[in-house]
Amino acid sequence: MNNNYIQTEFPIPVHNHVEALPDDLFIPPNALEVCLESFSGPLDLLLYLIKKENINILDLDISNITDQYLEYIELMDALKFDLAADYLVMAATLAEIKSRLMLPKESFENEEDDPRASLIRRLQEYQRYKSVSEKIAILPRVDRDFFTASAKAPKIEEKKVLEKIFTKEELLDAIKCALNRPNYKNDHLIDYEELSTKERIQILLSLLKKTNIISFSKTLNQSEGKKGAVVTLLASLELAKDGLVELVQNNTEELFIKSRGRKSIE
Amino acid sequence: MNNLIVNSVEALLFGSGRPIRLSEIKNILENSGFKTELSEIKQAINNLEERYKDTSIEVQEVASGYRLQIKQEHSSSLSVLWNEKTPRMSKALMETISIIAYKQPVTRGDIEDIRGVSVNTRSIRTLLEKNWIKISGYKEVPGRPALYVTTKDFLDDLNLKSLSDLPELPELETEEEDILSKVV
Repeated sequence: MNNNYIQTEFPIPVHNHVEALPDDLFIPPNALEVCLESFSGPLDLLLYLIKKENINILDLDISNITDQYLEYIELMDALKFDLAADYLVMAATLAEIKSRLMLPKESFENEEDDPRASLIRRLQEYQRYKSVSEKIAILPRVDRDFFTASAKAPKIEEKKVLEKIFTKEELLDAIKCALNRPNYKNDHLIDYEELSTKERIQILLSLLKKTNIISFSKTLNQSEGKKGAVVTLLASLELAKDGLVELVQNNTEELFIKSRGRKSIE
Repeated sequence: MNNLIVNSVEALLFGSGRPIRLSEIKNILENSGFKTELSEIKQAINNLEERYKDTSIEVQEVASGYRLQIKQEHSSSLSVLWNEKTPRMSKALMETISIIAYKQPVTRGDIEDIRGVSVNTRSIRTLLEKNWIKISGYKEVPGRPALYVTTKDFLDDLNLKSLSDLPELPELETEEEDILSKVV
């Protein structure tokens, strides 16, 4: 079955006789469902054919029915209908009965000799159950035609028990732990360092290149204020530690930065 | 009639969610301190039937006991509410269950003989899963095929009390009768 079949041009008259259905013949998907659903088996199909002819099962015209049956089977086969083997078995049975009936025999003296007898019995038996099953199918059915009424016990979900007994010590530990936890929520502000000790060292060194000794107060910049004095002191202490300068203080309380020698500074 | 008993029976019918037998009701009531007789419970059920006349529910007796049902006239609106779509049962499935119901116990071969078609394993499984049929034993013939019978659930689901409530199986037609005119 090809669902994507698209007619691209107008049909042109076909002169040669079509013997088989084209492979790409579009068959609506529902058509097959009808086929599948409409007959529950070969006996069902036979009953349908008999009913269509409006004849009594007992007067079954095997020849006619066989032809119709085979026609139907061929059609289903052509439509790629997945034929159950049972349909083919029935086709063979019909063909056999038909051929036996064609044998030159004056008459079938009693019912037993009638080749159709067994098939007719099967059809009749099937017919009984088929008709009663149709009646059962329309009986009121639960959840289809009627519903039961109930107030069933509700599903009670067990609550998760969160109960736990704590000791005094555990509580104390917990609060200690909480208090000691660093407060990561505080933000930090990183200031730009206006006065760098490192920079001040360089300044002092360059000053000491020109003169061997310099008064501490002279190195200070008025605008830098106390901060400037602190940074300068730190820088001179740093230099003194490294042995580059000597810090000398005489009676005048004035602090002097004295170079330990030109060489060392360079 | 003691209203307490009627209400107690009603409560059990409501709460069971399945058909419940008179004897089971009696046992439960006695367990909780009510001394009753089966006849009294039956009377209570009759009482309820009377009480429900002008309501949307009814008491229904099925094979497994009594149960409460919503009257069929409300089914269409309930189907919408619950969006209930019960799987349709195919003709083949209905024929199979019918043959089992009238000829039980039957083997798969017996069903195939009548239907003239091999019985799909799936349809037997569907009926077993639906709990409409069960295996009652195995036939003592080569291969020991399973023997199938219908269950109480099958009757319950069709609002039937017993197999005899099923539609009558038509007699095998004789030459004089026209089988087709009857069926059509």
